[in-house]
Amino acid sequence: MANLKTTDKKSKSQSMGMHTEVLTGRTQQKFFNPSEAENFYYFGTYDVDFNKRTELDVKEMTAPEANKEIDNLMSQGFGTIVIKNPQGKHSLGVGILNKLNLIFEGSLGYFGMGSCDGPTVRINGRVGWSCAENLMAGKVVIEKNAGSCFGAAIRGGDLICKGSVGARTGIDMKGGTIIVGGDAGAFTGFMMQRGRIIILGDVGINLGDSMYDGTIFIGGKIGSFGSDAVPADLTASDKDWLKRKLKVAEIGEKFDVSKMTKIVAGKKLWNYDNLEPHEKKGAI
Amino acid sequence: MCGIAGLIYKDKSVNIGTQLQGMLQALKHRGEDSTGYALYGDTDGKNFIMRFKVGENVGEGSSSVSEETSVYDERIKIVNSHILGMGAKIIKEERILPYSLRYEVSYDEKDLREFSRKIESVPGVEILSMGKSLEVIKDLGNAKDVCDRYNLDKIVGTHAIGHARMATESGVDIKSAHPFWGYPFSDVSVVHNGQLTNYWNNRRLLENEGMRFMSECDSELIAVYLAKKLRDGATLEEGMKASLAGLDGVFTYFVATKDSLGMAKDTMAAKPLVLYESDNLIAMGSEEIAIRAILPQEIDTYDPYDGEVKVWQI
Repeated sequence: MANLKTTDKKSKSQSMGMHTEVLTGRTQQKFFNPSEAENFYYFGTYDVDFNKRTELDVKEMTAPEANKEIDNLMSQGFGTIVIKNPQGKHSLGVGILNKLNLIFEGSLGYFGMGSCDGPTVRINGRVGWSCAENLMAGKVVIEKNAGSCFGAAIRGGDLICKGSVGARTGIDMKGGTIIVGGDAGAFTGFMMQRGRIIILGDVGINLGDSMYDGTIFIGGKIGSFGSDAVPADLTASDKDWLKRKLKVAEIGEKFDVSKMTKIVAGKKLWNYDNLEPHEKKGAI
Repeated sequence: MCGIAGLIYKDKSVNIGTQLQGMLQALKHRGEDSTGYALYGDTDGKNFIMRFKVGENVGEGSSSVSEETSVYDERIKIVNSHILGMGAKIIKEERILPYSLRYEVSYDEKDLREFSRKIESVPGVEILSMGKSLEVIKDLGNAKDVCDRYNLDKIVGTHAIGHARMATESGVDIKSAHPFWGYPFSDVSVVHNGQLTNYWNNRRLLENEGMRFMSECDSELIAVYLAKKLRDGATLEEGMKASLAGLDGVFTYFVATKDSLGMAKDTMAAKPLVLYESDNLIAMGSEEIAIRAILPQEIDTYDPYDGEVKVWQI
């Protein structure tokens, strides 16, 4: 357990009055007791009923106002919310930590659906840069195109774009699955660490550049491979997984997955062979 | 971070001043140190329209030094005498602001270089644009400020590009504001979002070949670079494609001529651009909300890819 202590030994930040404690111990951990129900409360979440549906017109709202209203509706138990007139506004739908059916009737700007954990989202439009950045869990479906940095740093969940996406799709992703029905730009999978990317169309230059781990599947042409990105054999289990995933994603169900190219990390760039197991874990 | 926007109607003229103002105002969070418009208005095509400044805006946030209005008056007198001295005739003369003027000039020579050199030999004078259709208007403040100050809502035309600037590597002043005129070619203008890293190398090479720089803003390089390519006989599209290798750094830029609008995106695709394309209208901007300012209904847009160059003609 981590302990907070008051100490006389002052660091620079302490002398500036920023804090007075030092954190000691191995790590910050919290141990849950199943008999204590309050320990299962997830801050910022609500019990919602998917059959309880409402609409929210955000035309005259700022993004913070719209997001607060979504939160307010969830607190009232609404489990299905339809957002009208998003009109390309930035940062809509961010930080939702609930199970929720969220439908956008229109396009989003930058950072839409960022830092979410659990909602099922359908966007009947396009999205700008950095859609669903840092997604933890849930499913986000975009019916049209997406901008660059699609699914940056996601850790889980499914992120699906039925159109084409910009550059640096899945940059720094640490888990989850990104599926693109159309083409993708340069640096797809740049520095990805885990997870899977499926692109049914073509991709630009430097595919999988500096990827640590994870897998990329490409259905079309590849502009060029990035550093340390190498082709790998497409196994039977890969094909099975691809078929299932495309079916669940309602995208490319008839796509011939056997013709896809599989790309993995060559694991030369980061001196994997010279690392101890605990160092490899740290690198990822 | 800066914001750029552009639009071109292929089959009609609209109130482009108002439309571009709406697009740029939607991008004001990307920078409002200065805002610039390159408007291609409907004219009879007989005379050149010359937008020029005889001083800087020294208002709030400006990095310029204050000068007396009498200094401006003296400069204008010299400019007028130079125009007459070169065989040109001032058809219409408007002093929009103490430091900013708009002239309609009758001038038969096709080469504007000598003409421009002579005018700009007057200290503190800079031609912002010269063309049969193009008018570059740029000043400190956000899009609405500049639009109101210069009455741009009255300008009707086919296409326009504009820029909302957050000053980073050069001063908060009009000379560093976009758009840049593609001197000495009439009706050529450029706006840029990004940063060029081989500015000084290129500038030295181009200055040695007689090209003119008026600021230390890296974006001016694009206008000068393209002007040099045009001078060497390249088409606009050829020049833009060459710029992908010739210019180093991250950039999305727009260039406009009397009858066309183009965009180019660097090979890293590091700067944003959203594009809407239909049979009669192309609208593009750093963010979708810029396009939404003129097309509030649901539309199909996309991000052009790395190394992409597109040119549309009226």
